[in-house]
Amino acid sequence: MKTFSAQNIGVSLGDACILEDVDFEINAGTVTAIVGPNGAGKTTLIRLLSRTLKPSCGRICYNGKDLSKLPTMTVAKTLAVLPQVRHTPEGLSVEALAGYGRFPHASGMIARSHNDRKIVGWALEKTHMGHLRERPLTTLSGGEQQRAWIAMALAQKPEVLVLDEPTTFLDIAYQLEILELLRDLNRESSLTIVMVLHDLNHALRYADSIMIIKDKHLRGFGAGQEVLTAETLNTEFSVDGDLHWDHRNDCPFIVAHKQVHHKDAS
Amino acid sequence: MKTTKAATKKRSTKQTGVFLVVMVALVPAAILLGLGVGSMNISPVGVVRVLLFEKDTIAHQIIWNIRLPRVLVAGLVGMCLALSGAILQGVLRNPLAAPNIIGVSSGAGLAGFIILIVFPEYGRLVPAGAFCGSLSATLLVYGLAWRGGAEPFRLVLAGVAVSSLFGAGMSTLMIFYPERVQGVLTFMVGGLSARSWPHFNIIWPYAALGIFTAAFLPTRLNILTLGDDIATGLGLHVEKTRLIFIAVASLLAASAVSVVGLLGFVGLIVPHIARRLVGPDNRTLFPASLACGATIVILCDTIGRVVLDPVEIPVGIIMALVGAPFFLFLLRERRMTT
Repeated sequence: MKTFSAQNIGVSLGDACILEDVDFEINAGTVTAIVGPNGAGKTTLIRLLSRTLKPSCGRICYNGKDLSKLPTMTVAKTLAVLPQVRHTPEGLSVEALAGYGRFPHASGMIARSHNDRKIVGWALEKTHMGHLRERPLTTLSGGEQQRAWIAMALAQKPEVLVLDEPTTFLDIAYQLEILELLRDLNRESSLTIVMVLHDLNHALRYADSIMIIKDKHLRGFGAGQEVLTAETLNTEFSVDGDLHWDHRNDCPFIVAHKQVHHKDAS
Repeated sequence: MKTTKAATKKRSTKQTGVFLVVMVALVPAAILLGLGVGSMNISPVGVVRVLLFEKDTIAHQIIWNIRLPRVLVAGLVGMCLALSGAILQGVLRNPLAAPNIIGVSSGAGLAGFIILIVFPEYGRLVPAGAFCGSLSATLLVYGLAWRGGAEPFRLVLAGVAVSSLFGAGMSTLMIFYPERVQGVLTFMVGGLSARSWPHFNIIWPYAALGIFTAAFLPTRLNILTLGDDIATGLGLHVEKTRLIFIAVASLLAASAVSVVGLLGFVGLIVPHIARRLVGPDNRTLFPASLACGATIVILCDTIGRVVLDPVEIPVGIIMALVGAPFFLFLLRERRMTT
């Protein structure tokens, strides 16, 4: 089944075109990494999938139906989003934040049901935040905060999770922790994951398929080894690099040597 | 960074509940005090007896016709302004937000000034004029901030700009009609003297609207506070929700300022006091702000009536005198705990 299928989508804000002619299909139960240079349109694509932005042309289907025509509350019951921009109210506890994940399921209700509390407990346990549940978010480290936000998304009990750069600003240990957590969730409950990643080696290791966005266009989409090659590293990322095999994790990895200056690049 | 013990201390649900109960219980206490104190002192038991059983005594006259409506108006004004402030601080994600930031005070102020200074013979129309003025100012701010959506930051900037523009209008009026400035002073400071049942009738429907909001919408504001993108992801119609909250907040504040004048400070500090006691969850913050706002305005007005009796000090001045140091104290406390 196709979780997302985008047909010929484009986005322009004012006169500026920021995404053009993008077509893709994302299968349910897979992990997709969106990679590409800064300012290429990755976040724009994430915003389209998380419906904070509507495509100027073309359409995105979610489980076969036009995403922009589905009631937003219905979508929120199966699709959880973790954008980069978010605001942490002072004094908000981890558990209260995770509890907000139940909003689409219990909208308008003042009291939480026993079931809601059970799911919030499960989400906190999954993200190893149980012992920090009463702590205000602002007193936690970056990695713990990120896990708290993921707990909120999990409390939505989603089938699909869309994340914008979930590992940015985290140190290497926390980066791996978040990515391992996401992979476990994908394997255990076949959660479909779409995320923007900056580190190409993370993308190669944790994603089933990789989507390269550059200059407002989709430049490649498929299994890691097929999409990321010495050639595409040169053309799409402007680096001279080569691929090796990581035997321990059984996946390719990239060693980048130096920047390449393309003459035709504007 | 090492966190101090105070910062990590949990705020238990039980503690929040106790604070909330105490704050709500203080409202009738403040009302009884406000009814009993004055040029004729009556004990709390006496107040209840006068209200319920006596009909033709002087005490009944004083309480029923003078003190009761005034205390009720004070309480409702406090509720409306405090809730308005709590809503705006959430919607604009800005701790400095208050009813005056979306133009409510400046709009009401300019309209009130025009009536009181240019057309003093229509003084009766001040409440209606101030009400319309503040709503138009809010609409103007919202319209100026709109660009495919009303982003909080643009709302704040538009609010500041509109407020200065209207403020200039008020100053101009005062300069051109210096001999009539006297008439607008109490309106500017915010006062409750001679407020009676007609004023009560102006404001209670809006207070009821506020209580309705506090009962049914707090979770939506909680979600909106997390940021537009997160809120959208959780299934909230962000722009629609924001517009509803701004409309409610401006109606609440407009009804209050049309009755008492530019009593702005309540909307800024009361939500902060309430937040320190019950935490940031609007499900407890809304009722706490309502209760706290009512108590504080009733107490300040009572103090203003009694302290220099027979001269009355407008409640706005007492609010600022008591409120400003208390606010600074809270800020210092906060720095010590985070």
